Amino acid sequence: MISKVGAILWKDILSEYRTKEMLGSMVVFSLLVSVIFNFAFPPGSELMREAAPGILWMTIIFASLLGLNRSFVYEVDKGCLQGLMLAPVDRNVIYLSKALVNFIFITLVEVLVLPVFSIFFDLNVINSLLQIFLVLILSTAGVAIIGTLFSAISVNTRSREIMLPIMYFPVFIPVIFGAVQSTKAILQEQPWSVIWGWLRIVIAFDVIFLIVALLTFEFVIEE
Amino acid sequence: METANPSSADVQAGALERNFAAIEIKNLTKTFGNLYALKEVNLSLETGEFLTIFGPNGAGKTTLIRILSTITKATSGEIVIGGIALKKTPEQIRRQIGVIAHQTFLYDDLTAEENLRFYGKLYDVKNLNAKIAEIISEVGLELRRNDRVRTFSRGMQQRLSIARAMIHEPQFLFLDEPYTGLDQHASEMLTGWLKRVRGSQRTVLMVTHDLERGLEMADQVAILNRGKIVFHERRAAIDPKHFRNRYYEQVARESN
Repeated sequence: MISKVGAILWKDILSEYRTKEMLGSMVVFSLLVSVIFNFAFPPGSELMREAAPGILWMTIIFASLLGLNRSFVYEVDKGCLQGLMLAPVDRNVIYLSKALVNFIFITLVEVLVLPVFSIFFDLNVINSLLQIFLVLILSTAGVAIIGTLFSAISVNTRSREIMLPIMYFPVFIPVIFGAVQSTKAILQEQPWSVIWGWLRIVIAFDVIFLIVALLTFEFVIEE
Repeated sequence: METANPSSADVQAGALERNFAAIEIKNLTKTFGNLYALKEVNLSLETGEFLTIFGPNGAGKTTLIRILSTITKATSGEIVIGGIALKKTPEQIRRQIGVIAHQTFLYDDLTAEENLRFYGKLYDVKNLNAKIAEIISEVGLELRRNDRVRTFSRGMQQRLSIARAMIHEPQFLFLDEPYTGLDQHASEMLTGWLKRVRGSQRTVLMVTHDLERGLEMADQVAILNRGKIVFHERRAAIDPKHFRNRYYEQVARESN
């Protein structure tokens, strides 16, 4: 199983390295949103710092949609998804590989965007870097787990670019809520118990949706 | 077996009897909602046989290939490939089948060699480097092995697609309109390759609407129309000159 996950990862990362289609669009979009929102608030204002966690996560979620939309479209273009399904590989291995690739790409975008975002929004993330990364990793896992499943569902629909956000946002609300509130708690230097309280929601939804995805993915990609 | 006006049941009831079938399809039915894509299809192939299934667009040919390739699940019926029931162990069957379609299943931004390496890893191919070298030479792409697939012509992509389908040395080949979009040269190359495959004891099922090419290779010929097998005969019993008319008659009759 690990060698097959590795093969799919290698293929996706190599293709992305050559085209830079997903990462390029996600990074540019995230930076543009950061710049635009930065103009919307008075520089250094308390309001800007208050709104920053919400803006950060909306930026990440919308940027991730760009990548998630491409995730299976890339496989469907020349029937490659059919090629994957023909191989003696468990359907869940395909799902886990694609979710892992999406997780890696979105995390990479976050690593690139976070420093720029913290400068624009005057956030001191240095002191709480580990906590911030914990929130990013757990919430991004949720983005990848849910987004990969819905990307597979929407790729066979006629208006897939529209279908993905329509399906994805309502389901993703608990994770966004947990991510925003835990980030806010970290930036306001609230006690760990408060942060952990929000993170538990994120973890619970990650686990629930991972189980749902593993139980349903086979039926999603097979007609 | 060939009658003037055979019904689907008559044709299938007269299916060729044999001691051992490499591929056995019994009462295969596939529905999409209320629509029958396949209706009680019965077919049987011995090891090394080549079956060509003709049919117009929408006849259910691709659905049949997708079910046999374990990509789509049948609504009812039984399929046994190489003695293995498809329903029970689809992964085991996937190791033994190769599929060539009009879509190549190749990644444009990977090189020819990288594509074969990727698929080789998925199939756990032993001595993968040697196998890639051998198969890429067989399809005549040694000089382009390090070039990205997006720079290949349609014919070259189909040759690489053949290499992809054969990298794990499958015993069963399913071909879904493999000639679509190929120029004369590439079509001749594909025909030459199929002739070599015929001599290699592989069991082949090809669906096409290219009557001439389909008849050339076949041991058995069937016509699928509106999900039903409306004609099934050994190639030796078919007069190619009259088959075209026969085909149009069958298709028109079932469509009315």
